[in-house]
Order: sequence, then C-alpha cells, then structure tokens
Amino acid sequence: MSGNYAHFIISAYALTALAVAALTIWVVTDYRRQQAALRDLEARGVSRRSGRTEAS
Amino acid sequence: MALIDLANPTRFLALTARILPWLAAATVILMAVGLQQAWTAPDDYQQGATVKIMFVHVPNAWLAMFVWIVMSIAALGTLVWRHPLADVAAKAAAPLGAAFTFVALVTGSLWGRPTWGTYWEWDARLTSVLILFLMYLGLIALWRAVEDPSRAARAASILTLVGAINIPIIKFSVEWWNTLHQPASLIRSGGTSIHPSILIPLLIMAVAFSLLFLTLHLAAMRNEILRRRVRTLQMMQAQA
Repeated sequence: MSGNYAHFIISAYALTALAVAALTIWVVTDYRRQQAALRDLEARGVSRRSGRTEAS
Repeated sequence: MALIDLANPTRFLALTARILPWLAAATVILMAVGLQQAWTAPDDYQQGATVKIMFVHVPNAWLAMFVWIVMSIAALGTLVWRHPLADVAAKAAAPLGAAFTFVALVTGSLWGRPTWGTYWEWDARLTSVLILFLMYLGLIALWRAVEDPSRAARAASILTLVGAINIPIIKFSVEWWNTLHQPASLIRSGGTSIHPSILIPLLIMAVAFSLLFLTLHLAAMRNEILRRRVRTLQMMQAQA
C-alpha cells in the first residue's frame, strides 16, 4: 500500500467498519429493548384483547 | 407462504425469525470474501492504492440512492395501496439510508483529497448527495416529532416522494453539469470501463453491502412492529 495515502485508505475502511458495527448494535439492542418491554407488559397482565395483530 | 401473507405482521415476524440468521451468515461470508478480494486487488495505474477506497465508497453511494428508492416504493404502498407494512418498511429504512449516505460522503471526501487535491467541492454530485443526507435526517426527525404512526406515515410518504426527484439529479449530475466527480464507469452505454481485476471485487462488495442492508432492514422492521405492539399495549394499560 502506498505509504503517503495509507491513512486515507485506513480511515475510509475504519469509518465504514464503525458505521456497520453501530447499525448492527443499534438493531440488536433495540430488539432486546422491545422484547423486554413486551415481556414486562405481559407480566403485568396487559395483553392484546384479540388474536388480531397490529402493525400501525 | 404467499407474498400477500407478508402483509400480516405476525407472519412477517415468523418469516424474519427463520431467514435472518441465514441472511446474516451470508452477509458476513460475502463481506469477508469481498474484503479479501479488495485488499489483494492491484493498484490503479492513475490513482495508485487509493482506488481501494472505491470498494467501500461505491457500494455505500449506491445504497444511499437505492434505500431512498425502496422508501419511495414503500411511500406508494402507504398512500395508494395502504399496505400495513409499507410505512414500517419506510421508517426502518431511513436510519440505514442516512448511515450509508454519511459513509459515502466521508469516504468520498477521503478519496477526493489525494485524487482531486480537496476534501470537498460544492459541485452538483457532492451537493446533491449532501442534500440526500439532510433529507434522510429530516424524515427521521419527522417520524420522531409526530407521535401517531399513521399520521407520521402519511406526512413522511409525501416528503419521501417529493424527495425522490433528487435521485435522478444525483445519478445524472455528472453528465448534466461540470463536476470534479468522475462520470459513470460501470453502468453506462458502451459497457463498463473498469478492468475485471477491480470490477469483480467491487461487484462482490456491492452484493455484500446489499445483503447487509437487507439483513438490517428486515431486523429493523421486526423491531418497529414490536415497538408498535408495545405502544398499543401501553395505551391499553393507560385506558384500563
């Protein structure tokens, strides 16, 4: 790798890796947070009155 | 499972639970192969080793535009067909599109300094991509500002469809105006101008990043469905 430009290349790959890692962590932690909230509500006896599901 | 069955969020959740592990594994494997190919690709005869930045810049730039196209189709799904998962798909895609656009802007800047002699130039391509990034942030802010998901979905859908005019402007900006950015070298009349030794790693990385988007998008949609269920239950609890 050309030494003069190595820091540009390494910075570009490092930023990309950081962004991919951040998106992955966001998706995984958000899933765990929503699952925990659902479990908490169900433990308190709150559940949907019918089998109908809702997306909006 | 018929395609229409995916309109049912419960069936969608069951499907994502089955395919997400496979999609994630395929993404990791293809990304590893792509990175190995990119790292061993020869230097460009003009740009030298800095051409390696292309292997992360170009897939992110493509996805920056592709995600907005996906959101525009979802916006039509919300406004015209009233598909129950359309606004879920659009809302889940926006942060991903913003991240891909941000990476495309910064890696492009890091590629521009050694190639053009400047990190930034207010030319048509760079400015239109910056506007795309700001539009992603605007959409995310809109979804956060409006509490009712259905009202937010209608407003966001209209904004998304209006913003879609920026996509052909980005694509053709290098042909319509004088710009530092190079013209299209892969998808163009007369065929690609890229040597196979660089083209193949680039295509592998493009497919790997597309799989990454599909994986993260399905996972984010699943999260959004669960978030709405939590909201519904919290409202039921408050009314009880």
